[in-house]
Amino acid sequence: MKTKPPSPWKQAIQAGLIGGAIAVLLSLVGMVAAFGERFIVSGWFTMGQVLFLAPILLLSYRGVRRIVERSSWIILLSGMLSGLIGSAFLAALFLIGQLINLRAMFVNASPQLYELLTFGKDVIPGILTLLVVGMAMGGFAAGVSILPTRLRSAIIQALLLVVLVGLLRDLISTVIAQWVVKGKVFPAWVQWANSVILFLSDFTKRQVFAASGLRPQSAIVLFALIGGWMYWGATKPRPAAQSGALNKRQPYKRILMFSGVVIIILLLPLVLGIFFAEILDNVGLYILMGLGLNIVVGFAGLLDLGYVAFYAIGAYTMGVLTSPELGFYNMSYWQALPIAMVASILAGLLLGLPVLKMRGDYLAIVTLGFGEIVRLLALSDWLRPWLGGTQGIQRIAQPRIGGMVLNTQQELYYLFLVGIAIVAFIAWRLKDSRVGRAWMALREDEDVAKAMGINHVTTKLLAFATGALFSGIAGTIFAAKLQSVYPHSMNFLVSINVLSLIIIGGMGSIPGVFVGALALVAAPDLLREFAEYRYLAYGAVLVAMMLTRPEGLWPEERRRLELHEEKELLFAKEPAGPIEEEFKEELTPTSSASG
Amino acid sequence: MLRTWRQRIELTDILVWGIGISIGVVVIVGTIATLKSGKYSTATWLDLGIKGLALGGVYALIAMGYTLVYGILRMINFAHSEVFMSGPFTAVFLANALARSGFLNKQPVVSLILLLALSMGVSMTIALLLERIAYRPLRAAPRLVPLITAIGASFFLQYTFRGLYGSGFQTYPIPTILQGNITFGQIRLFNTQIVAILGALAMMLILYGIVQWTKIGKAMRAVSEDKEVAALMGIDVDRIIAVTFALGGASAGAAGILYALLFPVVNFFMGFIPGIKAFTAAVLGGIGNVAGAFLGAIIIGLIESVGPLLFLDGLGVPTPSQLKDAIAFTILVFILIFRPTGILGERLAQAKA
Amino acid sequence: MSKKAFALLSLLVAASMILAACQPAATPTAEETAPPPPEETEVMTEEPTEPPVEETLMPTEPPPAAFECTDEIGCVDIAPGEPVHIAYLLVVAGPNESLGVDSRNGIEIAIEDVGGEILGHPIQFDGEDGGCGAETGQAAGTKLSADPSIVAVVGTSCSSEARVAVPLMADAGFVVVSPSNTAPDLTAPGSENNYVPAYARTAHNDNLQGRIAAEYAFNELGVTTAATIHDGSLYADQLQQVFAARFQELGGTITAQEAVDPNQTDMSAVLTSIAAGTPELIYFPIFLPAGGFIVRQAKQTPGLEETILMGADGLFSPDVTEAAGDDVEGFKVSSPAIAGDAYAAFLEKYKAKFGTDPISIFHAHAYDAFMIIVNAIESVAVQDEDGTLHIPRQALRDAVTNTTGYQGLIGSLTCNETIEPIKYPGDCSASGIGVYEYHAGEYPPELIWTSGE
Repeated sequence: MKTKPPSPWKQAIQAGLIGGAIAVLLSLVGMVAAFGERFIVSGWFTMGQVLFLAPILLLSYRGVRRIVERSSWIILLSGMLSGLIGSAFLAALFLIGQLINLRAMFVNASPQLYELLTFGKDVIPGILTLLVVGMAMGGFAAGVSILPTRLRSAIIQALLLVVLVGLLRDLISTVIAQWVVKGKVFPAWVQWANSVILFLSDFTKRQVFAASGLRPQSAIVLFALIGGWMYWGATKPRPAAQSGALNKRQPYKRILMFSGVVIIILLLPLVLGIFFAEILDNVGLYILMGLGLNIVVGFAGLLDLGYVAFYAIGAYTMGVLTSPELGFYNMSYWQALPIAMVASILAGLLLGLPVLKMRGDYLAIVTLGFGEIVRLLALSDWLRPWLGGTQGIQRIAQPRIGGMVLNTQQELYYLFLVGIAIVAFIAWRLKDSRVGRAWMALREDEDVAKAMGINHVTTKLLAFATGALFSGIAGTIFAAKLQSVYPHSMNFLVSINVLSLIIIGGMGSIPGVFVGALALVAAPDLLREFAEYRYLAYGAVLVAMMLTRPEGLWPEERRRLELHEEKELLFAKEPAGPIEEEFKEELTPTSSASG
Repeated sequence: MLRTWRQRIELTDILVWGIGISIGVVVIVGTIATLKSGKYSTATWLDLGIKGLALGGVYALIAMGYTLVYGILRMINFAHSEVFMSGPFTAVFLANALARSGFLNKQPVVSLILLLALSMGVSMTIALLLERIAYRPLRAAPRLVPLITAIGASFFLQYTFRGLYGSGFQTYPIPTILQGNITFGQIRLFNTQIVAILGALAMMLILYGIVQWTKIGKAMRAVSEDKEVAALMGIDVDRIIAVTFALGGASAGAAGILYALLFPVVNFFMGFIPGIKAFTAAVLGGIGNVAGAFLGAIIIGLIESVGPLLFLDGLGVPTPSQLKDAIAFTILVFILIFRPTGILGERLAQAKA
Repeated sequence: MSKKAFALLSLLVAASMILAACQPAATPTAEETAPPPPEETEVMTEEPTEPPVEETLMPTEPPPAAFECTDEIGCVDIAPGEPVHIAYLLVVAGPNESLGVDSRNGIEIAIEDVGGEILGHPIQFDGEDGGCGAETGQAAGTKLSADPSIVAVVGTSCSSEARVAVPLMADAGFVVVSPSNTAPDLTAPGSENNYVPAYARTAHNDNLQGRIAAEYAFNELGVTTAATIHDGSLYADQLQQVFAARFQELGGTITAQEAVDPNQTDMSAVLTSIAAGTPELIYFPIFLPAGGFIVRQAKQTPGLEETILMGADGLFSPDVTEAAGDDVEGFKVSSPAIAGDAYAAFLEKYKAKFGTDPISIFHAHAYDAFMIIVNAIESVAVQDEDGTLHIPRQALRDAVTNTTGYQGLIGSLTCNETIEPIKYPGDCSASGIGVYEYHAGEYPPELIWTSGE
């Protein structure tokens, strides 16, 4: 542990070094240039600049928080110092880039990057601007840290929201523009509402936003509004009746909210159009798979990296059975579905058998291998007569209900919805059942579980089989949606996608799967630039989450307590209050002496 | 006695053994069929065998990283494949610069040493950063957490390097002195293969020497035996763990240059499959066991080179080399079914699940 | 973000949903089964309407009545000053991005060449990344088909994208012209994936290139035994199948048809296996880096030192000379043979605008695809007196697929000609295929033979 608090200057230098290094890394990787086209506040700064200033800002903030000094001036100065050092790194990068051609090695050290670094100015004024801005960021971070908690959290949240709104400009204006009703003959009240909406849409497009990003005035106004709202909202005492008791004491409110949510979900695709239905379909696909992997990894603690294998088996079974191309069978979707389900379950059992006795790490690699084997087999020329080989399988049947074929994104959305509802229900009931508890016992300590009489064979096999089943179902819908299946889609990255989303959402937590899927599947579709750096972000977020919040974004209560045992001992199940905020740093496991 | 046997073996054990035996049967039948058909000459098998040896040497160096880290931390460093990739992918720019200036061909030995130094340095740095940032804070966390961190780190590193150097690939220039081959009768050795095999042997001996005969090696073995007691004995556990990662990283960096000599095209994805194969090798030989890693790697290299033709060709499987990687994974499952502690056995205390 | 901020945000989103839900169901974007109604409904007058005339610049009669759309799909109405929206669906991100970016670059030069406008309206050119896969193609196709302002789409880059994206865009009424799809089933008569006349392409059919490669090998080089290698990609697999079929038709023998993994580095097993059959030629229409490894390692495999190595346009790239080193000497590739002054001028413009040589090979095809669309628009569009442009969709499609003898960069393009089995309606290209030979240290490879038109 620390014996003497380190001097504020050392802290500042350290923070500056790390922040600068991260900023340079982000620049060289190309994220800064990629996001550089998107203005957050038009004319002031772009998302790219946010990306290289953010590490400096955050690291300065962190460095400053560790200082024990009370003198505000020293805090401010050390903050500015770390900001300066951080931006010095970037300035150095820029200067080196002017002297030698960095692009031969670092492909993303492009002219656009340099322009962003110097805020569009020439060399000397650009560097000066960069350094000054860096210092300002550091100082701002220091200043914010001195402020009282309420004000600070208000400012931080307002800032984040402003950046978010600027970032999502396209999305917001598209959604608003969609409200505008086209057509001629409608009742008067609709006309009136329509004109209001038109006005709003116009106002948003022209006054609030600029061609890209927010207008400066609106950014300031938005910041003030949100900041103020947060600030005054935080002063109201939270009556105990509101936090958890909403569920118990006011059933009517709960039912109303619930049915409201259900109606929204049912109407979503009709309202949002085909493109959003497409995104929602993909989210649904990953939710289905996530629910399955959640059981294997979250409940039973078995790290399965080859999850895509079951997905492939479900999709290929559907393909082989329903496509007239291969000539074997010509079933309909509904006829082939139970067979695909059985095939997935068998595959799950087949995978589970050899790995019953393996340790966690080996299990991961073996399942990875299994996933790759299935992909290679599907791709191989050897099995081409049965599985289609490289060319995949086409003309897969789509589900029919009555006379209607479900082949548009909106119609498939409802199929997904039904599937998810059933699967989520099963998962939820399993969680609280004996089997679920057996899984969690196995997860915690296998030897003790065995000693308590839990049959680890059947329990583990059941976990694999259930996970495989859910994934297989997702695979069948995927095959039907695309009407074809190619082996190239069944790769390791799919497994990683699903793993990331359940971990980020919360291992073992069912709502967490939804949160994770929305975050990880919808985000790259909505922010195109982000799609390039998707896996880089996944990797970073996974590491960051494991370091700070391993229980995920929407954690399962039990998990959260397990992973933060120290907190549980000190504060029993209370929502995070100001005291806990203050001691948060001390409580996070960073010490190495326990190694 | 029969009764105790029946109590100890369950249905699943029988099924699992069944899977293992069927794999074995397939391999044996295929081998016999291929050799009987006489489609390939002895010279061909020798050629493939030598390729396998060279490849195995490279895998051995990568496997060192896995086995050393597992010995000390009881965890698979998933990101080690990216540690392997970072070295040669960075050094290729130096190599191209050297080739352009003509230095590469004038002073091949010096150039090679420079490249090795750069590659090992970069890989070491990445390994150390990994340990410091991602693994050290999580030493006490439940099993799953560092494993997931490792996976996340692996992806992060892969795509970071993709962002830094581009998604395309770079080619290594081969110095003229290393182009060409030597032939003894039926055996043909390419110069690059000779360098790879000798280089791997040399590195292995050095590493083995460090681990067995130096004070630091002794400290490493102590820490891997029991961390707390070692700390009580005055060993700086953090430093030793860092040294372990550094050694593993340096070894991987050297492996990278040797790999580049054999297959001169590098890109950001090059570490993934060799990483898995090296891990298989480490497990095959006995994880935590340095000599075991070497042995396992040689075997894996040979199987990979000779396997697709030997096992599958005789069975009439078309395009067997497409299934090359599948064979490697199947071998892994095979070992883990029948001898999970590896050929030379683990040098660890019994680990908990 | 705190719970409050989160709640606020979700409340806003929810409110927008509810408000939008209160609309009558007449939202244009939700309709894709019925043909999309015209963009802006115009005021219908009771005046007697005349059939739309081609040129409305000099009204010699009383001012023609407002244009009435009689097209079976519908018309795009573009107000004066509004842009003509032509989109792209190409692979512009990810490992294959050079393919799509190169095509897009070609189109950007074409836009410059037409002065940035069509019939007095500026051109709006944007689009989506197709990702060279079925599911990414579907997502991109869905997004584009939801935008009724699009008149035409240049895309897709990969055939697997086309099979899912083209039906979506065809349903939305667009005309799609591809610069680089080569799979035969996209234009084969009776094929499920044939969406002509909503679809056309300026790239050659795989049947053409595979057959020509086989004919070159058999007739020109005189080889009678050959082996093929593909890398698991649809393109390579398709090509080698066509090659093998034609080669056998001509009387040759295929000794082996092998496959490798695209990321594979060690080719010894596959090359040894092929060597056992002693073929005189190996045809591997794959990509880098696998192709480079094969070229290198073939020379080192006993039995294959003298074998002729032949690839396809995936290996027509400066990276090949680097990847294969000196072993590249004598390595042949087949690729579209484009020549002429127009092309030379295009190359100059490309270099000037983008700073490099073209990074792939379909830039000229993309240029021509765009020009075909522009010509078609100019021939069917109806311009009102005030400058409003009406483009009837079905007529546009027919105009594109009836393009005859258009002199493009790649040669003379005719879109509705049938030459079994290399060309069907929808295949606009009949550009010659050339065989090039690499020499160590030189790029581009030398053109040693062309198939002629």
